[in-house]
Amino acid sequence: MEFCADPSLISGWRWLACYLTTPKHQLFYLSFLTVFALLAITAPVVLLMGFAGAVARLSSFAPLRWLGTIYTSMVRGVPDVIFFLFVPIALDQLVELTRHKIKCPQVTDAVYRGNEFIVCSEAKMPLQDAAAWVHQGWGFVLAVIAFSIVFGAFAANTLFGALNAVPEKQLETARAFGFTERQTFRKIHVPQMWTYALPGLSNLWMILIKATPLLFLLGIEDIVYWARELGGSKTGYFAYPHPDWRLWYFLGLLVFYLLLTWLSGKVFDRLNQRFNRQNIDQQVLKPIEAGR
Amino acid sequence: MRVSIFCKEIRLKNLTISLMAAAVLSAPAFADTVRLGTEGAYAPFNFVNDNGEIDGFEREVGDKLCELAELDCSWVKNDWDSIIPNLVSGNYDVIIAGMSITDERDEVIDFTQDYYPPDPSMYMALAGTKDDAINGIVAAQTSTIQAGYVAESGATLVEFATPDETIAAVKNGEADAVLADDGFLRKYVTESNGELVFLTPTVSLGGGVGLGLRESDTELRDKLNAAIDTMKKDGSLNELIAKWFDGKKGGY
Repeated sequence: MEFCADPSLISGWRWLACYLTTPKHQLFYLSFLTVFALLAITAPVVLLMGFAGAVARLSSFAPLRWLGTIYTSMVRGVPDVIFFLFVPIALDQLVELTRHKIKCPQVTDAVYRGNEFIVCSEAKMPLQDAAAWVHQGWGFVLAVIAFSIVFGAFAANTLFGALNAVPEKQLETARAFGFTERQTFRKIHVPQMWTYALPGLSNLWMILIKATPLLFLLGIEDIVYWARELGGSKTGYFAYPHPDWRLWYFLGLLVFYLLLTWLSGKVFDRLNQRFNRQNIDQQVLKPIEAGR
Repeated sequence: MRVSIFCKEIRLKNLTISLMAAAVLSAPAFADTVRLGTEGAYAPFNFVNDNGEIDGFEREVGDKLCELAELDCSWVKNDWDSIIPNLVSGNYDVIIAGMSITDERDEVIDFTQDYYPPDPSMYMALAGTKDDAINGIVAAQTSTIQAGYVAESGATLVEFATPDETIAAVKNGEADAVLADDGFLRKYVTESNGELVFLTPTVSLGGGVGLGLRESDTELRDKLNAAIDTMKKDGSLNELIAKWFDGKKGGY
């Protein structure tokens, strides 16, 4: 007989082993990848958007500077959750509305009909008959965009501050050596900035990790969704009935997040040490050289 | 509003079919694909079984109705809270989630005829609880007819997002009783070894459980109504009710 053939007949460790390996639990374990995927995609995008935002704010071209300032101050002034709820809905409707206008110009019925939002079937995003994972993937993409917009603004603030924190004298020295503005920026300003940016960025990374359960709010089947679903009490309609075990599932998530942030902290400590050592070398050596 | 991000999909078909669907993604959609939205947390009406699939009375009814109406159907999971907004925004086409037909909901969406008869709503509490607990702290799921009733009954209403949390609230003493459909609560009582009991008072709410549709989808509603008629006439609906609700008589 197969190891897990009839769950009602087994007990103890064997029951637990079978229970923890059901296809439903495998979906739970897979959903951890969703969290990592979100982090892996969002982090570089956030850094790019943050850099673009910071540079825009420093720009000598006024409209660009306004754009950067509006972006960072707007996101900073609105609670994240509002953005997470607003961006995916707005973006989704915008995409469908645009597709509707392009693909079905012959349809004259209004898209907003009373409380209904109806686009033609060719304009649906994704299409009605698309596979389940395509629908899920689209939801995930919208979530990544929302995360990137919000955290990109935070990163822009951090990097803007760091760019400003680089001592003006260093830049003046570079110019005195005949560096052009562009060279000064690329060879001196940006490399020196990282020391000042790192503490802020490491903080932001921690916040990003801790914000990943917002996926649940966006209806994506992440680890919080599955923990709640699996932990809820199960009656005889299920193959593995059990009382309310949400406490244990959430405890598991707690440990997972603690491990993840602890590990990240270690990595950032290392990075910090390296950047600081470089910086200290410069700060220690310069006065010595100057005094001699 | 179209809120695809709020909805949770269930993988129904195997990978090959999924890949094929992805390959024809750019082709025009088949108008006959109907997306069925359910909660997946309301056993035995609908729940996610240990294989991670939508299961239950409504899974079987839905699949049968689609077969009879010759529709190509796929299942979508969506929180109860946003199940009506996401229907009208076109995220899926049908609500099949143990939703009672009420005048209030009928103003926003359309219903088919009932496929599950009106069920008395029951108060469930810990053994030894007196009947006057129905005037104390009563748990109910958000946006249900029971929550609406409790709010007006003079009792203190505590609402929860999922049905399971209302049961947990009674078990840990947060609420004196929970008000919900008989069909949902009965299994908890019979399996509790006497720990949980029904209180004497019952309440009649709603006009049975029907499929929810957008008001503009009259053609789909007619097709599904005809399919429900067929299932009522050939007795298959009564069979499914008896199968999932411990021999309960459907009476259709």
